[in-house]
Amino acid sequence: MSEKSEIIPVWFFVGVLFLVYGMLIFASGLAEWSHPPATVLANLHAPVWWGGLLIVLGAVYCGTFRPGRKKTQII
Amino acid sequence: MTATLGMLVTERLVRLAPVDLAIVVFYFALVLGIGFYLKRFAKTGEDFFMAGREMTAWVAGLAFVSANLGSLELLGWAGSAYQYGILAAHWYWIGAIPAMIFLGLVMMPFYYISKTHSVPGYLQLRYGTAASGLSAVTFAIMTILMSGVNMYAMAVVMKVVLGWDLNFSIFVSSITVAIYVAAGGLFSAIFNEVLQFFLIWFGALLIPILGLIETGGWHGMVARIQHNFPGQDFTHMWSNLGHFKDNPMGMHWTGIVFGLAMVQSMGYWTTDFLVVQRVLSAKDIRSAKLAPLIGSFFKMAVPIIVILPGLLGLALLPMHLYPASNLEAGQFSYNEVLPLMLARYCGPGLLGLGITALVAGFMAGMAGNVSAFATVWTYDLYRPFIRKNAPDQHYVAMGRWCTLIGVFISIGTAYLAMGFASIMDYVQALFGFFIAPLFGTVLLGMMWKRATRAAGFWGLLAGTISSITMFLLMHGKSGERWVALFALSPDAKGLAQDMYQSLWSCVTCVVVTLLVTVVTKPRPDAELKGLVYSLSEVAHEDRVGWLHRPMFWGGVAMALLLVLQIIFW
Repeated sequence: MSEKSEIIPVWFFVGVLFLVYGMLIFASGLAEWSHPPATVLANLHAPVWWGGLLIVLGAVYCGTFRPGRKKTQII
Repeated sequence: MTATLGMLVTERLVRLAPVDLAIVVFYFALVLGIGFYLKRFAKTGEDFFMAGREMTAWVAGLAFVSANLGSLELLGWAGSAYQYGILAAHWYWIGAIPAMIFLGLVMMPFYYISKTHSVPGYLQLRYGTAASGLSAVTFAIMTILMSGVNMYAMAVVMKVVLGWDLNFSIFVSSITVAIYVAAGGLFSAIFNEVLQFFLIWFGALLIPILGLIETGGWHGMVARIQHNFPGQDFTHMWSNLGHFKDNPMGMHWTGIVFGLAMVQSMGYWTTDFLVVQRVLSAKDIRSAKLAPLIGSFFKMAVPIIVILPGLLGLALLPMHLYPASNLEAGQFSYNEVLPLMLARYCGPGLLGLGITALVAGFMAGMAGNVSAFATVWTYDLYRPFIRKNAPDQHYVAMGRWCTLIGVFISIGTAYLAMGFASIMDYVQALFGFFIAPLFGTVLLGMMWKRATRAAGFWGLLAGTISSITMFLLMHGKSGERWVALFALSPDAKGLAQDMYQSLWSCVTCVVVTLLVTVVTKPRPDAELKGLVYSLSEVAHEDRVGWLHRPMFWGGVAMALLLVLQIIFW
């Protein structure tokens, strides 16, 4: 059972997912800034702020639940 | 990979950019990586089948609600919201929240104290092998059928939306699920469900946000719906349930209250092992009680990403959608409202996120089905009936093989579904056949110590047979006559018929259980300790602060539910 305390928390994987997706979506939003896709409300540049939000959340989750950090709730 | 996918696509609703494909591929790589990583922690039967019973209330609660949030659920209920309006939200609110609270506060202590590994496992302890075996067989068959039908439905969506080949979608997704569940067992399934939960929220939440911006808010949306569909009421939940003819669902309030809230949802959320297994993985009894309550708050919020996009589709889509069974060339079905709204607002990057959320929902749903199937087969059928007293490692190996075999049978079921246009509707109804009577059996077992072994078996069997009989009669040649009898009105439509069918099958189960109990010998009290309410000591949270008490959070959830009903009355 003691081995279980070494499991990387699922929240860390959530953070990795958010961080990678946030960077991809943010970069994609910046790349299309001057020629947005033919979608409704494209002028709001949703990929930029949504990607930015994912990056922030991902960084917080990765930092808070990174492997090796001392914690009480492991999983 | 991009080139390969490019070769497999045909006609499509949207076209994925390289960044979208990168997002989809990264998800597959991550879940496989997590599966292989978790394999080292899934060594014993307790680890593989119950995730070591070490999950916190939050993880168990998210997995609990996420196991039900598959892609078929998302697409289907968004389509139902387009078809029936906000009435579809009943299945998320009164048709879910009271049952989740009941599970957390009343039933979970018995599941947890008895240390059972499954719902059929509880029936084994309470009623013996006959009732347990019947429940296990029906659950195993239905789980595999549902898994395959979900797989087929998802592949159809991938074909319509992205133009992906059906075989490609089925095999790549299901083999990925088979690998990571066989490796990490319930650990893998739960980790994936938590990932999927966040993916679905962040993949779908932009649709209601941008939709409400476009319509100018809720009132603007309602005005547009009334303009597009004059004379129809799509935005009230109770005021149009006075008669079957007053609402687009053909439903009466008694069907919602007695059929949905008191039987069908209670049966699903408290006795369907697919969802209950997630809560059984909790690390202690307080976490097990809190997990469904945490899940209830998220469940209450799900209509924002499921029902609201359907309503926005009514307000904003330039074309009308139609039933899938009655489509002509160039038309879209109700079930495609969510992908259509996704394509309306999401360009490269965000589109990949939304599509990945749908794929993740499908994979998590399938992982939930096969992990539950592996547990029930191994512990409730293989161990008691085929090989008793084998070493723990033998059962773990059986669980791994069973996962792989379950996935391959599901693939077969998916191809079977292709040959029957309406099989999905029938299998949904089939699943209900076994859940509603099972609720009667489990509840009587927990609350009434007099209920006997024979009564449990015969009550469950009679309830199931009555449910199947009602279904066949209502869908047969003289169906209208039987609908008028069982569903109380010839105007009752499909979902209303399902609700009354559930209600009467549960009543049949309870009545037969009571009658058989009267003429059979009860079990001694000593054998029922920890299994029945009056003979069990359930730990109370007198010494913890009120913020940590399950009862407090159950009350908050019920109050919120009441407020929502009043707002959308």
